[in-house]
Amino acid sequence: MITKRIIPCLDVKDGRVVKGVNFEKLKEVASPVDLAKFYSENGADELVFYDITASAEGRKLFTGILTEAASSVFIPLTVGGGIRELSDFERVLSCGADKVSVNSGAIANRALIGEAAKKYGDQCVVISADIKRVDGAFHVFAKGGREDTGLEAIEWIKRCVGEGAGEVVVNSMDTDGVKGGFDLELLKAVCDVVDVPVIASGGAGKTEDFIRLFKEIPKVDAGLAASVFHFGEIAIPDLKRKLKEEGVNVRL
Amino acid sequence: MIAIIDYGVGNLFSVCASLKKIGAEAIVTSDRREIENADKIILPGVGAFSDAMKKLKQTGLDEVIKAEANKGKYIMGICLGMQMLFEKSYEYGEHEGLGLLKGSIVPMKGVIDERLKIPHIGWNALRFEKPHFLFKYIKEGDCVYFVHSYYATDCKDSLIATTEYDQYLTAAVAKGNVLGCQFHPEKSGEVGLAMLKAFCEAV
Repeated sequence: MITKRIIPCLDVKDGRVVKGVNFEKLKEVASPVDLAKFYSENGADELVFYDITASAEGRKLFTGILTEAASSVFIPLTVGGGIRELSDFERVLSCGADKVSVNSGAIANRALIGEAAKKYGDQCVVISADIKRVDGAFHVFAKGGREDTGLEAIEWIKRCVGEGAGEVVVNSMDTDGVKGGFDLELLKAVCDVVDVPVIASGGAGKTEDFIRLFKEIPKVDAGLAASVFHFGEIAIPDLKRKLKEEGVNVRL
Repeated sequence: MIAIIDYGVGNLFSVCASLKKIGAEAIVTSDRREIENADKIILPGVGAFSDAMKKLKQTGLDEVIKAEANKGKYIMGICLGMQMLFEKSYEYGEHEGLGLLKGSIVPMKGVIDERLKIPHIGWNALRFEKPHFLFKYIKEGDCVYFVHSYYATDCKDSLIATTEYDQYLTAAVAKGNVLGCQFHPEKSGEVGLAMLKAFCEAV
C-alpha cells in the first residue's frame, strides 16, 4: 500500500536557506543544495523549494540552485514561490522541478491552474493555500499571509481541484509556528471534499503531532514541515520509525 | 551510450541527470542515426497516451524504436513510455501502442477500491513476480515513486514486479530486450538509481 510522505520545506532567498539550520552533524548549513542532499539521504520522501526572493537577480540564483539540486537529488521536487503565469511553470520545470505549487498566483490569475494542468498534466500542479480563521470561517490569505482575500477556503480548494490541481497543500496560519500540532479540524474539512492527495502543513512540533495527523485523518497523504526538521528537533529517520511502530505505513 | 528519446513529451532533465549520476553516458535525442548508434534506448513520457503516440508517429520515431527493439537492442520505457510499449491503451478511447509487449493499458478507476485516490501518487513497495537482472542491486519491498491513473494488464508473460494499491498493479515488465517501469526510477532515490545502473550494465 502507498506510504505516507514526509516532506521538508526549504525557504530560499538569494540562494540561501532562510530559516536557520542547525543539525548536530551539519551545523549552519545555508546551501539549499547541501541541505537537499542531506534530506534525501535521510528519509525525506519529497522536497519543497520555496522561492521567497523578490528580485530578478534572486530569481536567477534560485533557478541555478534548483538545477543543481535536481542534478544531485533523485526524489520528487516541488517548487513554489513567485509562480504567476505559464512561463513560470516552464522556467522551473526546465530546471528539474517535478511539480509546481501555486498560491497567490492562482488567486490573481483564476485561469492559471486550468491552463497549467492542461499543458503539464494535473500531477504537475499543486494548489497551496494559506488559511486562517476569520469570524469562524476559513479564509484564504494571499501575499505570504499578509492579505485576507475573503475567499472561503474549502470552496476555493474545491474549485482549484475541479480546474485540475492534482495535489493540495493546506497551510494553517492559525497553527503555523506554534508547534502545537497540525490543524486537524481544517484538514478534515478539506479531506472531506477533495479526492486528490492532501499535504498537511503548519504546526508540527513533535513526532506525536505526525502520528496524530495520520491516525486521525487517514485521508491525509503527507506531512510537511520546515523548522522542526532544520533545527534537528525531529530527525526524519526517527520520525518514520516511530510512525511505523504506530502502524502508519511509511518508506524506511 | 544511451539514447533518451526526445519527442516533445515530458521532462527529460531528471532522466538525463540520473544517468549521469550513475556514470552512464547519455544523450537526449530525436535523431534517427543517434538512436541507431546508441547501445540502449530509454523511452520516457508523461501525459496522455494518444498525444504521446501521435507525436512519436509524426516524427517517425515509432518505426525507429520498433526496428531497434526488433534488432535486440535494450529499450526501457518509463511511466507513459512503458505503457506505449504495449499493444493498446484504453485511455480516452482505444489507441494503438508500439506493440513490443503483449497486453493493454486500462484505467484503475472501477478496478481498485473506490475510496482510494486516483492517480496513484507516491512511494509504494515492489513485489517481485519473477527474478530479473533489474533487481540485482535492490530487494523486494523496496519503495519506488509512482504517478499514474492507468496500468498495464493481460501482460503475464512480461510481468516482473507489481505493487499493491488495493489490487496488485503492474510495476515493472521485461521480455528479452524490452523493459519497462510504471514508476519513475529517476525519482526513486537510491533504489531507482540502482535499477538504472542494472539496466545500464546489461549486455
